[in-house]
Amino acid sequence: MSALVLHQLRTRHVGPIELTVAAGECVCLRGASGSGKSLLLRAIADLDPHAGEALLDERPCASMPAPAWRRQVALVMAEGQWWAETVGAHFADGCAPDWLERLGLPAAALDWEVARCSTGERQRLALLRTLMRQPAVLLLDEPTGNLDTESTARVEALLDDYRREHDAALLWVSHDPRQAARVAQRRFVLEDGQLVAEGEGESERAGERDKLAADESRDKAPGVEGCAW
Amino acid sequence: MVIELSVLDLSLAALLILALAGLSLRLGLGIEQRLVLSAARTTIQLLLIGLVLKLLFDNVHFLWVAAMAAIMISAAGREVMARQKRRFAGWWGFGLGTLSMFVSSFTVTVLALVAVIGTTPWYAPQYAIPLLGMVLGNTMNGIALGLDRLTQDAAARRSMLEARLALGQDWNETIADTRREAIRVGMIPIINAMAAAGIVSLPGMMTGQILAGTPPVEAVKYQILVMFLIAGGTGFGTVVAVSLGARRLFDKRQRLRLDRLRASAG
Repeated sequence: MSALVLHQLRTRHVGPIELTVAAGECVCLRGASGSGKSLLLRAIADLDPHAGEALLDERPCASMPAPAWRRQVALVMAEGQWWAETVGAHFADGCAPDWLERLGLPAAALDWEVARCSTGERQRLALLRTLMRQPAVLLLDEPTGNLDTESTARVEALLDDYRREHDAALLWVSHDPRQAARVAQRRFVLEDGQLVAEGEGESERAGERDKLAADESRDKAPGVEGCAW
Repeated sequence: MVIELSVLDLSLAALLILALAGLSLRLGLGIEQRLVLSAARTTIQLLLIGLVLKLLFDNVHFLWVAAMAAIMISAAGREVMARQKRRFAGWWGFGLGTLSMFVSSFTVTVLALVAVIGTTPWYAPQYAIPLLGMVLGNTMNGIALGLDRLTQDAAARRSMLEARLALGQDWNETIADTRREAIRVGMIPIINAMAAAGIVSLPGMMTGQILAGTPPVEAVKYQILVMFLIAGGTGFGTVVAVSLGARRLFDKRQRLRLDRLRASAG
């Protein structure tokens, strides 16, 4: 039961931000490029100096060693980075084969050379790499940015299951309003460094959602339908 | 016995420089000015240090030797700083290299003076200053190379380092590969120099001694000693400098702080 609480959080031109992401909740964030979405996520992960406080379970970030905080409040960057030659070397404790399978990757993916992986494969593997460490909070910076429709649906489904099973709090940056409508309980726009709640025009969005559901049932593989709801 | 060189002898050698400057002018290389200026600097600087050393040898006193050593170390510290493409901001830029050289070169030189050569007094300038100079010159190279590699590498691989931090690795684990590589880069020149000594190159110190009339085997023994001292000084100095530098790249919250580096104008 770990809620992420941001209290007067400020970093460069972003903030002060007040936000609570409850345990088991997914909050989506969008904003023009340069609005500071990634900066905000970096500050929450304590990768950038910042003012104000981030709390996990009422424990302030500053009261925990930084690596312990980052294991609990895990940032998945938009561009996955790899330092060893093989994929498997980046998984400290291996990777559950069924998780690989759920993202459409074979168990042998761990033996792949990173240099030979496609951008989409790397993005999914980078997400798994973080999930295997079982963080309480996930800060996701466009986790499906390089993925096709099918892989996107797989990632959304896996993240949704993870959220339910671990009661994890998700803060998800997405450019796609339809994805935000699918995965998030609350949505915000980052404008001039401030969070503005979205979802007032709920009826119009509901219409969009229905249309999307129709699209999905036409376009997508069976079994992924309704995964986020 | 040493054959003394007259002003005329040196002037003859200086003709080489003038001839080269003339050729540069003729070929339009555009380096004649720098060439002549550098040659003049060599002449003046070396004459000055000759006078200083003469003074020092005539008035053996610990404080004079210490002052000389301090000047040499700060000059080397400045040089290390000047050679960095990205150097640490503020006092760290100068302090990091200087402190590491102080720790390694000083220790190694004093160790050699006291334990190996056994001069009386132990700070006898005739031994202390040239030894320190040779150890310092090479340590300076190693530290400059190592630090340059460290900061360049950290800047180039910033995203990768931050991704590792984001996965919950601590700073030490995150920077380990970069640090190892930087230390290696700093130490390789002296390792190569030792491997090539005597076959490819005749080290300057030994050559000088032989020219001055020392029996070759004695000169060689001193050269071996100096090589070991240089390797020790360079190695330990590079390890200290690169390790301190790597730590300085991260703050208390283990964030990668590249804003602590300044790109140099040069």
